[in-house]
Amino acid sequence: MTIWQFGDHVNTDMLFPGKYTYTCSTAEEIIPHLLEDLDPEFAQKAKPGDILLAGKNFGCGSSREQPVLGLKALDISLVVESASRIFYRAAINQGLLLIECPEAVRAYRKGDDVKIQPAKGQIQINKTIFGFPKFPPEICAIHKAGGLLNYTRQIIKNR
Amino acid sequence: MPQTFAQKILAVKSGRSSVQTGQIVTVKPDHLLMHDNTAAIIQKIEDELKSCGVSDPDFPIVVLDHISPACSEKTAANHQKIRSFVQTHRLNNFFDVGEGICHQVLPERGIARPGRLILGSDSHTCTYGAVGAFSTGIDRTEAAALLLTGETWLKVPETIRIDLTGSLVRPASAKDLVLQIIGDMGADGANYLALEFHGDIENLTMDERFTIANLGVEMGAKIAVFPMDHTTQTFFNSMHINARDFEPVWADRDAVYKKVFKYDLSKIQPVAALPHRVDNVKPVADLPDIKIDQCFIGTCANGRLSDLREAARILKGRKVSSGVRLLVLPASRTILIEAVKEGLINILLESGAVILPPGCGPCLGAHQGVLAPGEICLSTSNRNFRGRMGCRDAEIYLASPAVTAASAITGNITCPEKGDL
Repeated sequence: MTIWQFGDHVNTDMLFPGKYTYTCSTAEEIIPHLLEDLDPEFAQKAKPGDILLAGKNFGCGSSREQPVLGLKALDISLVVESASRIFYRAAINQGLLLIECPEAVRAYRKGDDVKIQPAKGQIQINKTIFGFPKFPPEICAIHKAGGLLNYTRQIIKNR
Repeated sequence: MPQTFAQKILAVKSGRSSVQTGQIVTVKPDHLLMHDNTAAIIQKIEDELKSCGVSDPDFPIVVLDHISPACSEKTAANHQKIRSFVQTHRLNNFFDVGEGICHQVLPERGIARPGRLILGSDSHTCTYGAVGAFSTGIDRTEAAALLLTGETWLKVPETIRIDLTGSLVRPASAKDLVLQIIGDMGADGANYLALEFHGDIENLTMDERFTIANLGVEMGAKIAVFPMDHTTQTFFNSMHINARDFEPVWADRDAVYKKVFKYDLSKIQPVAALPHRVDNVKPVADLPDIKIDQCFIGTCANGRLSDLREAARILKGRKVSSGVRLLVLPASRTILIEAVKEGLINILLESGAVILPPGCGPCLGAHQGVLAPGEICLSTSNRNFRGRMGCRDAEIYLASPAVTAASAITGNITCPEKGDL
């Protein structure tokens, strides 16, 4: 498992360049360009189960869900100091695990062991445990359904 | 208990008498905005659209503006797919290639109104705060869900109040004011928060309010909102929309704010946002000589008639510096028609400008003015992120139309001189 570490204000153009937004919409089309202008090796080397750690205001900028779709398809979890509003909402809607836990991000040093236990609301770095607030019930329901589209399909079915 | 604008409008839209900050409420927005991304949005729900259709044909607004006209077979096919969707579901609010940027079209056609709740699959949907709407960006998946159900959840944000006093002194502009605010607050200074503008609002024109609200998201704001006043009413009167056609909402006098900031408009100076962050703001007067390759006047931040007037005033009888490309993009067909009537387009063409069709143009780096490695662009847009204009090794500076026009003449980033005004 690789821990990918990035700084503050990683914006949507770094996560997925705007020039591809109207030609790539499926995970297969998105993944080759993920983080292209931030870390050109990421798309090739990232593996399911990897963790991405980043600083403040992660995902700021456009209403661009491709990076969220791509990271979800790669099964990567995110722990950030803070996330930008639209990106945070997009993560909920895709069922992508995105945790805001500034203490854990600041405590991490290269080579540390990182474990995320979403159900317990805990992140473990080596032997230190950091808590994060549990999601409100409205958001848990979307996560549980496997994202907003599945959640919406359930609503339509039960009408 | 006194309430903020966000609390009051979200109470109305969720059918409650009052709401608390942090509370999650289910709302039925008045409209959903989509643009070229409509193709990707409907692709997610093809089966459901066949079986259930769209919740309401008046609800979605579709504007083709991002790659407009299409620049490739793929983007042309997207447009084709969107036109077919609009026709199949008999949508009543469709604006095809050439009508303009969605964030200009919605106010100009009277769709964005005081007291309305509008969600859009574009981050600059916050622009309609200028007319007293609660409007904010969402992702494509949420737009897809909204097409089917017409409802979603919102968290009631806390609010920052910004008190404005006095008047702007040219060449300082609304763009300089909002860039200064972003520089002071930081790119996440208003993340998850609402911004309310108070004070001497009557000293700001409608166009200036649109520019300010548009850049709200560059400090993370969920909404950036102005109260409705005489200027707003006059704007709607010009479209034959009168006071009984909307229900304005505004904060109670004693509403509780997270923070309050004060700005004296008379002290605002021309500033620029330096690469590669919108909050990297410095006075233009303090910049060293920065040679530019391209100037871009347009976008949903600064492509309005008053912006073109400002550019034409400075460029009249002058020439764009050799080695500089000046691209000018009127934000809508209506603006372009007016600019032609007023002779502005002629002045700009004679100065050496390239006029682009109404739409998003090169702002998102897909066509019509993409940068080459090592090039520097001075733009009136709202984002200068690395790679934004199509090239990771180019640099983008953001400034007002006045500074951009003056710089096109000198070839360096410069303030307009007194004689230019």
